[in-house]
Amino acid sequence: MSALSAMLERGEISSVELIQCFLDRIDRSQELNAFITVDAEGALTQAQSADRSRANGHAGALTGLPIAHKDIFCSRGLKTTCGSRMLEDFVSPYDATVVERLADTGTVLVGKTNMDEFAMGSSTETSWFGPARNPWSRSRVAGGSSGGSAAAVAARLVPVATGTDTGGSIRQPAAFCGLTGLKPSYGRVSRYGMIAYASSLDQGGPIAQSAEDAALLLQAMAGFDPRDATSLDKEVPDYTSALKQPVAGLTIGLPKEFFDSSVDESVRYASHAALAEFEKLGARLTDISLPNSAAGIPCFYVIAPAEASSNLSRFDGVRYGYRTESYRDLNEMYEKTRAEGFGIEVKRRIMIGTFALSAGYYDAYYRKAQQIRQIIADDFREAFRHCDYIAGPTSPTTAFALGEKTNDPVSMYLSDIFTITANLAGIPAISIPVGFDNTGLPIGLQLTGQSFDEPGLLKLAHRYQQVTDWHRHLPKDFS
Amino acid sequence: MSITKSAVERVAHLARIHIEPADIDKYALDLSQILDLVEQMNSVPTSEVEPLAHPQDIELRLRPDQVTEVNARERLQAVAPAAERGLYLVPRIIE
Repeated sequence: MSALSAMLERGEISSVELIQCFLDRIDRSQELNAFITVDAEGALTQAQSADRSRANGHAGALTGLPIAHKDIFCSRGLKTTCGSRMLEDFVSPYDATVVERLADTGTVLVGKTNMDEFAMGSSTETSWFGPARNPWSRSRVAGGSSGGSAAAVAARLVPVATGTDTGGSIRQPAAFCGLTGLKPSYGRVSRYGMIAYASSLDQGGPIAQSAEDAALLLQAMAGFDPRDATSLDKEVPDYTSALKQPVAGLTIGLPKEFFDSSVDESVRYASHAALAEFEKLGARLTDISLPNSAAGIPCFYVIAPAEASSNLSRFDGVRYGYRTESYRDLNEMYEKTRAEGFGIEVKRRIMIGTFALSAGYYDAYYRKAQQIRQIIADDFREAFRHCDYIAGPTSPTTAFALGEKTNDPVSMYLSDIFTITANLAGIPAISIPVGFDNTGLPIGLQLTGQSFDEPGLLKLAHRYQQVTDWHRHLPKDFS
Repeated sequence: MSITKSAVERVAHLARIHIEPADIDKYALDLSQILDLVEQMNSVPTSEVEPLAHPQDIELRLRPDQVTEVNARERLQAVAPAAERGLYLVPRIIE
């Protein structure tokens, strides 16, 4: 991004020319299905305005650069589908705070990216608009739920994109596509206008080619927002200047549970090789334990569906979105609207959540899950007494094949085993590319920090990227 | 825990989602498998543990009692499936 920004600054290229170049790339790469909506006309208009701002001396670091938003962020005047038939034709009457803030910095919104329906999935296969494909291998998933954003950035259809992460939906697609993806601490990025899936877990964040770009994007996204009751009124540090801090003397903890035999050998190998680089940079490695991390998945699949069953009750065919064609009474209108408007995975999760919250089951499921959530947060608190950061694979495997897990929801859920606990504890985590498996698919390493230590995570990622070049590799058809 | 067909019907009704009779068995199977996964929670003892409802330990803030939103009824109702004269239209519920 800084290279593109410098070209704009030196007048080597105008924003209009730059945007047209990316729009052409998007047009040639439709088979990836990375976008649900592309707004070529609107983007060129915004680019003209960015060029005028620059001519008048009002350009910032992001002015005139293209960006794509995950189609979960409401964008005024542009469709916001959330990957669902329910919102297939929904044009939001307002902007999400993240959309508004990025527009204020002068970025040019080129389109909205594909995603699992209502962010429920790990492969972008539950999208009503069909799956996104992985630019590294078209027969593989791009990950999910922010798979469209990851596919778009990996194929260089945009330099950066936004994503959201409820149980790994930024980090896992970033890992599968060879990118840097950061889930911020809960409360760091406003959720206003970000369609809610599980409100106590959802966070927006950047998907980028490097930690440097992720820092620039997070800078624009983060900060207090009075319109989000869970946004924290806490100063936003300068993420770019944090990148320059040293790594020497820091301790990185390696949870033994994250390196067991369930992890592909190639993923384990690449993770260990990356950790050796951190040692060379002066970090110290130490063994730690997160003894209850395996309970994270079952705990998540109570809390997230419970919150989803409540959040998605708003889609009833009355105020916005899809309404069924024919009905005899109000109840039938609700039931048919929701049956036709939601896909199977969304219905499964709403029903699990409804069941877990129903009379007689609350203590056994919801209360129990909240207790496990406390134990998982305690595990992290204890671990951070022995180390500054925690490292391990982002995902136990590289990108799996399209269709491989679609008939077995539980096996799909298990692919988030290493990412889900950071959401439950509300702490930040980043995935960075650290190598490739023997079929050429990218491998991601996850670094987890304490609440609001995004600067530290970005610094670790950046210092690693200064001494390695995994993040510079391009899928062969998209160089 | 395996979930019965009648439990699927009850939950579907509570969630206001119509399910075709032919699909009930499939939902019963899928939901039972998910509940089997969920019940792995029971291997962790939690009797003395305080539930964690929210990741940040903060109180909800108050704001001054001032009007901050302007009336945007027309703009908001423009995206409704059926609205007329400022009202959302639904099937008659009171005879």
